Amino acid sequence: MTAAFDQPTITDAARRLRAGELSATELTRAALARAAARAADLHAFITVAEEAALRDAAASDARLRAGKPAGALEGIPIAIKDVIATAGIRTTAGSRILADFVPPYDATVTARLRAAGAVIVGKTNCDEFAMGSSNENSAFGPARNPWDVTRVPGGSSGGSAVAVAASLALGSLGTDTGGSIRLPASYCGVVGMKPTYGRVSRYGVIAYASSLDQVGPFARDVTDCALLLGVLAGHDARDSTSVERAVPDYGDALAGGAKGLRIAIPGEYFVEGMEPDVERAVQSAVETLGGLGAQIGSVSLPHTEYAVSAYYVVATAEASSNLARYDGVRYGSRVDGDGTLLEMYRRTRAAGFGDEVKRRIMLGTYALSAGYYDAYYLKAQRVRTLILNDFARVFQDADVIVTPTAPTTAFRLGEKVADPLQMYLSDIFTISVNLAGLPAISLPCGIDAAGLPIGLQIIGPPFGEELVLRAARAYEAATDWHTRRPPAPGGSR
Amino acid sequence: MSAGDRFEPVIGLEVHAELLTASKIFCGCSASFGAPPNQHTCPVCLGMPGVLPVLNRRVVEFAIRAGLAIRCAIAPRSRWARKNYFYPDLAKGYQISQYELPICVGGHLDIVVDGVAKRVRLTRIHMEEDTGKNIHDAHGSESLVDFNRCGVPLLEIVSEPDLASPAEAGAYLRTLRTLVRYLEICDGNMEEGSFRCDANVSVRARGTTALGVKVEVKNMNSFRAVEKAIAYEIARHARVLEEGGTIVQETRLWDADREETRPMRSKESAHDYRYFPDPDLPPLVVSEALVAEVRRAMPELPDARRTRFVAALKLPEYDAEVLTSRRDLADYFEAVVAAHPNAKAVSNWVMGDVLRLLKERKLDDALTITDWPVAAAHLGELIALIDEGAISGKIAKTVFEEMGTSGGTPRAIVAARGLTQVSDEGPIVAAIDQVLAAHPDKVAEFRAGKDKLLGFFVGQVMKATAGKANPPLVNRLLTEKLRGE
Amino acid sequence: MKISRDEIRHVALLARLALDPAEEEAMTATLDAILTYMEKLGALDTSAVEPTAHMLELPAAWREDRVTNVSDTDALLANAPARDGDFFRVPKIIE
Ligand SMILES: [Mg+2]
Ligand SMILES: [Zn+2]
Repeated sequence: MTAAFDQPTITDAARRLRAGELSATELTRAALARAAARAADLHAFITVAEEAALRDAAASDARLRAGKPAGALEGIPIAIKDVIATAGIRTTAGSRILADFVPPYDATVTARLRAAGAVIVGKTNCDEFAMGSSNENSAFGPARNPWDVTRVPGGSSGGSAVAVAASLALGSLGTDTGGSIRLPASYCGVVGMKPTYGRVSRYGVIAYASSLDQVGPFARDVTDCALLLGVLAGHDARDSTSVERAVPDYGDALAGGAKGLRIAIPGEYFVEGMEPDVERAVQSAVETLGGLGAQIGSVSLPHTEYAVSAYYVVATAEASSNLARYDGVRYGSRVDGDGTLLEMYRRTRAAGFGDEVKRRIMLGTYALSAGYYDAYYLKAQRVRTLILNDFARVFQDADVIVTPTAPTTAFRLGEKVADPLQMYLSDIFTISVNLAGLPAISLPCGIDAAGLPIGLQIIGPPFGEELVLRAARAYEAATDWHTRRPPAPGGSR
Repeated sequence: MSAGDRFEPVIGLEVHAELLTASKIFCGCSASFGAPPNQHTCPVCLGMPGVLPVLNRRVVEFAIRAGLAIRCAIAPRSRWARKNYFYPDLAKGYQISQYELPICVGGHLDIVVDGVAKRVRLTRIHMEEDTGKNIHDAHGSESLVDFNRCGVPLLEIVSEPDLASPAEAGAYLRTLRTLVRYLEICDGNMEEGSFRCDANVSVRARGTTALGVKVEVKNMNSFRAVEKAIAYEIARHARVLEEGGTIVQETRLWDADREETRPMRSKESAHDYRYFPDPDLPPLVVSEALVAEVRRAMPELPDARRTRFVAALKLPEYDAEVLTSRRDLADYFEAVVAAHPNAKAVSNWVMGDVLRLLKERKLDDALTITDWPVAAAHLGELIALIDEGAISGKIAKTVFEEMGTSGGTPRAIVAARGLTQVSDEGPIVAAIDQVLAAHPDKVAEFRAGKDKLLGFFVGQVMKATAGKANPPLVNRLLTEKLRGE
Repeated sequence: MKISRDEIRHVALLARLALDPAEEEAMTATLDAILTYMEKLGALDTSAVEPTAHMLELPAAWREDRVTNVSDTDALLANAPARDGDFFRVPKIIE
């Protein structure tokens, strides 16, 4: 097997599949074999759908042979975060309470992948109900960073980032509520994108915080990312918050180059306690973009320091309500207790949810409860307005904003589990984007002294995905960070 | 002075009206009654992970229709909220409802109690989803849940505490039910639970203005039950206060068998519904165009119809009032008048025999007049037969009864049974001669001035002709003979 | 202290979470730390700021009133922890 065969990009593989140089079955078998080989050390998957994947691959091959590929992803092995419903494939949300849940329906994004011909290889590990920044809150045990298995892959879509970084799939889906795509993309050295709120349907995506959640792709490079986004994006009549707005050809946006792009650098994103290597890498990336003809300017997003607080009020409030449905009545696990209804509820939920989920349900319930609603929930919604306004002002004179994705590279497993607040601060650079509903990408922009990837975040105005992809591709084309691969199995640094 | 005199009740009602839509409010499941358990369910109304609500447009139209009829302000922008609580029939752990920004605000309903009109102010009307059904008695230690009703659209119609007696509460409810039926948005069936009422009851010393502690009473499934439950609560409050006790703010259930209220046993730990805007549903924007569209499609409301019946059809106020008390009745009346335009005669038949027949057949709540035992066109024909002199009013009653059982047309029944009125003078004169000959004493009395005896002779002649003689003709010929020649 | 043990118990009941005493204690400490961090929100004057509950001004998203679901009760009840025929079964509900 050549390296190119072993670890192709989607764009490569699609070309070879259509040329008949490669079959979907071979490609899928190779992905499944790597997933099996790395199951123990990376734990990227909660469920590998081997049988279904091979069946889908065979169907893809038949269509390819007939010269009638279903769509842009025909025969491409794709992994899906386990908070996204897959009909007939167990969907756990990384939680004990849904350990045996098999949805009778597909999420809209799942259906879109299938319609484009993708082969769904399995469901990736994640923090329980997408609540976490390290993937350590998975009820099935953490996924691990392929660059150093003693480190976290980032969360909550850790497994999806790992799957792409270690080529267990050619692309994957994650969800991003406060940074849950961009943070693991950054820690695992891959490209991850959170689209504008409303750009991609949330139907069938197990809700964490409904006003912030958004599905997005992980890919090896910006070109693949654009391709995947094109498949996912678009209005869905089953999601009232999805937008009726034409989906541009994101591939066309890639060629624009950096010349003339107005790039804003917010001072608030270069903070004390930041890893110096991260700061250097990001500064150097900005210089690269400047060298490519972009205009660089400093700006201020003055309410950035309030974002984490506002986010953890809004997100947990919504979560406390979204997770009330896990009550042991219609699906999911159940613990009966003393035979009363109240005890059934209390014990089912106590046994079914992990510590972080309980913490967020408690926090959100408190923030909405009588006497605290105004001081917490309503206050946070007002601060959200201020954060939105900050961005709107900057985007009057800028095309994109460039920042680090995270203040540090991947931290060690266990390092922050005892201190939830420290964990929450991992998302300090990604959270504002969700509060404002903006599109943003994370792409590799360096390797730190410990040999760990560094992520560059590019933020666009609402529905400015094309600007984000254009800037990202311009940077990527001028550098080679996206070609760096994690060490071979068993390696650590 | 009795306790009842010293205290005055303050009553507000919350009505939940299930809407007559084809599908549920947020999913494409059927909203119809009577399916086997959990047949009308889907991932959305079962609250399965990841699913999302999409609003049924007709629910908004129905809410606007109700709002316009009650003269509410229709909010150009309203909001969906989540009401959070745990209960097995509530699939998501929250009910999608409206809270701070409902679709309809204000408005009023005019009611009449003992001939006195009163205006009852409304607080609001909002849209929400119904819950499923818990079935309690099937198993000793367990309950069963059916989600067929979960997600059926509801309007919650909230009155101000303007009602001052059980009778006023009853009148308000009946008026409201008439209205929702007129609007064709709800079938108004209290027994089946498609029109439900919770009452907020408090009392205060007469002459004071501060409100007393209120109690919410639930579980009444008829108008009578609502009135009785409120009367019971008023008496209970007065008694407690008389005895120096205090009223506890609580929810009580009406027990129809024991005719008393009792506190709900399930102690929902300090209700705290934690309402907040539902992030899955954007704010509801109602354009002026939509309001205008709904207004154009509004059926004629009871008030307007009553006025028209008096003005255009020259009906007495009383008739107009009775006929418009139910939309189906008024529709039926108009259909009969369309067949035979003698409004007062039709009114008499509809208010009398038709209503009686409906009551006997227990068809009070039948929704469509096409299902009624006597077709409107047939009744029109029957009254036409009377007006033509083809049958007498008395024979008509017999024919009507048969129409009610056989469904036949009056002409066919009259022909088949030989009931056609005799209007030839010959046989009638013969019958008169026979009668007069049989009662010479009464003939003498009549001629001596006892005019009242005319009725007696008419009755005898009708009897002799088996009721088929044309009564006016009998009258004229009899008078001629008796006065006569 | 931003939050007391009693409040934690009350909130846990609202949220239907059984917490043992050790969990209650840990929860009190953690939430107290988080709420203390969040105190900074109080420092911002937001009296003239409208709250944002929804990201986008969206046009009315609604469906026509049509029955579109084909019922598949078996598939929908397949995940039920306890059922009785086509009913879901729960501990006895006391009103
Ligand atoms: Mg209600
Ligand atoms: Zn449904």
